[in-house]
Amino acid sequence: MAGSVAGGTPDGWLLARSLRLPECVRALDAGGWTALLAIARAEQMIGTLAWRLDGVAVPPGVARILAAARASAEQGRIVALWEAEAARRALAPLGVRVVLLKGTAFVAADLLAGQGRSIGDLDILVPRDTLDAVEAALIGAGWEWVKPDPYDDAYYRQWMHELPPLIHRDRDRMIDVHHTILPLTARITPDAAVLLADAIEVAPGLWALSPTDMIVHAAAHLFADGDLAGGMRNLWDVHCLIDQFGTDGLAARAAHHSLSREVARALRLAAALYGEGDGRTLLDGAYLRRITARDGWGRATRPFTRQTFYVRSHGLRMPPAMLARHLWTKWRKGGAGPASG
Amino acid sequence: MEDAGGGTVYRMARPETLKIVHLDSFAAIYHRASGITHLVTAPAPEILATLGEAGLTRSALLGRLAMDYELGDADEAALLARLDELVATGLVSTA
Amino acid sequence: MRHSFAVRIGPVGFRIGSDWRAPIAQLESLYATYPKPHDGVPDFTVRLFAARPWRRFVRPAVMIGGDYVLPEAAPLPLAQGLLAAEMGMNLQMALGQRRYLLLHAAVVERNGQALILTGISGAGKSTLAALLSLRGWRLMGDEFALLDPETGLIHAFPRLLSLKNASIATVAAELPADRFGPLLEGTPKGSIRHVVPDAAAVAAMDQPARPALILFPSFGFEAAARDVSPSEVFVRLTQASTNYVAIGERGFDALTALVRTVPARAIDYPDTASAVAQVEAAWLDR
Repeated sequence: MAGSVAGGTPDGWLLARSLRLPECVRALDAGGWTALLAIARAEQMIGTLAWRLDGVAVPPGVARILAAARASAEQGRIVALWEAEAARRALAPLGVRVVLLKGTAFVAADLLAGQGRSIGDLDILVPRDTLDAVEAALIGAGWEWVKPDPYDDAYYRQWMHELPPLIHRDRDRMIDVHHTILPLTARITPDAAVLLADAIEVAPGLWALSPTDMIVHAAAHLFADGDLAGGMRNLWDVHCLIDQFGTDGLAARAAHHSLSREVARALRLAAALYGEGDGRTLLDGAYLRRITARDGWGRATRPFTRQTFYVRSHGLRMPPAMLARHLWTKWRKGGAGPASG
Repeated sequence: MEDAGGGTVYRMARPETLKIVHLDSFAAIYHRASGITHLVTAPAPEILATLGEAGLTRSALLGRLAMDYELGDADEAALLARLDELVATGLVSTA
Repeated sequence: MRHSFAVRIGPVGFRIGSDWRAPIAQLESLYATYPKPHDGVPDFTVRLFAARPWRRFVRPAVMIGGDYVLPEAAPLPLAQGLLAAEMGMNLQMALGQRRYLLLHAAVVERNGQALILTGISGAGKSTLAALLSLRGWRLMGDEFALLDPETGLIHAFPRLLSLKNASIATVAAELPADRFGPLLEGTPKGSIRHVVPDAAAVAAMDQPARPALILFPSFGFEAAARDVSPSEVFVRLTQASTNYVAIGERGFDALTALVRTVPARAIDYPDTASAVAQVEAAWLDR
């Protein structure tokens, strides 16, 4: 396997192995540590790594870097929970159930997956027929539109599974309001009503998806709602959720949401990276090569694989005519393709 | 303005979430729940202290402020505007 | 990457990788007397790379990357590769530093006590720091003051001094030529020339100092001085910090303690000679 602790060219597998077997980092030399930290930062998993290595003997210089990463993740947790609380206060008069998604949900519910996790925007799920009221309440509480571009605005509203992102004018933090977990353009339509109905209250007035739905969402997010960027973190989420909650009822739930294939693949990939994985398919290997495509400088590598998956992910999300129109509009504005380098 | 939210009870953030350092005529408040620092001057600290954790309605707050502090000649609308600012910061909550 | 260089500046280790040899050679020469990162593991990685493979050779433009990046950062011509490296290192500090509260300030030290010079860009911090270092002060840094929340001490960060435009000649009049890097003309900030800190500053860079005075210099005014209230210092220093919010409560504790215990003055100065005299006077009065 590429990227072994001793020798070889480091890649995402070095990070995967360090998360899976923390003690193995004791074999790292200075160059190995340097690569591991750069890869972990590039994957936005330095906080996760720092928590995972808490208590493992590491060189003092590394210990200081990891301590700073833990402190940074802790501050990120505080800020993320406050954004959730701010949304709760803004939406409380509506009586709408605010269901937190992704990182904010993990830390609100105090899950393993949330430990040290970097958290960006606040993602919430609300019933589709409340979107207008939710939008109005958020704007009344200080959130503002990010995208003044009319094409983007129409695109979000018509085809994506969320309102165009809003940003808070004082706190400078984004909120994404979803009404389902996949775009309406995707051929797959998860049962949003069931997601909402089975949500669990994790803090007063704040809800999260049921554990099985969290796993289904993580899988859907990885394969159908992105270009596999952030795949290492996403699969770590899946790994931690399964570790904590097991897989009872998961297959049935995935089938109910028409996401059996995606969930099965996410489980295999998570096991390959972070568990005792074997039994991967040929295509799993391609996914893993893409997901672990990082070098010891934190650079994205294997650009051909990346481009292929970018097109593929768009193909999943949009029917062909709409895809052409979207790429054309993006291209005209000079923003085509994923970042590289 | 005075009628808005007539029966609503306004509460100070839990005291263990606040760290207040008096600098001069301004006080710096670190709000642990949000990670946000606020720099405030009178009457904001007085409003917070008066509301307390139990909380008060708008009219009860005005009455208490007039009684406890020499804010008697302060414009009520201005005091309530300060209260609304504190709600926007999260240092005071209504829900 | 093809070429690389590692260095420690004060408590912070860096690794700079580059698609080109030239910027690395300049770093090696200018940072020749500096130590390597603790335990061989840098705190931050900087990458200088070509946007497309052929841009290594054709109108080579240096993109700045690293652990932390700003998406809108524009590339620089290869002749300014040294500036790109310095900007990349500053960027890692500004966006990624979490151990110390960063204040955008120059710092000099005397008798174990630190003088913090802060204020808007163009106030002459780097020039003042360079001149003071020639007059019995130890240079601790011209860009960032590193305030340690655990101890309240300032740690040195004596990277290359960055002189701009007219200040290049002012300092060149007093310094030997071998302390200067190449003259970089036509940069986004005009002409820039880097200066290697003196040997004493490099030798003592692991010695922190207790903050004793905060000065807000303003260039271009009649000589004047006034006290600055703690709340004003607090606001101005939060604005002069790139990581105050990210550090959270430790930053609040460190900064409120600093502004309550350390006196602060604003000084206006018409020329550098006057500035040095005003700094010395404020130091005696503190």
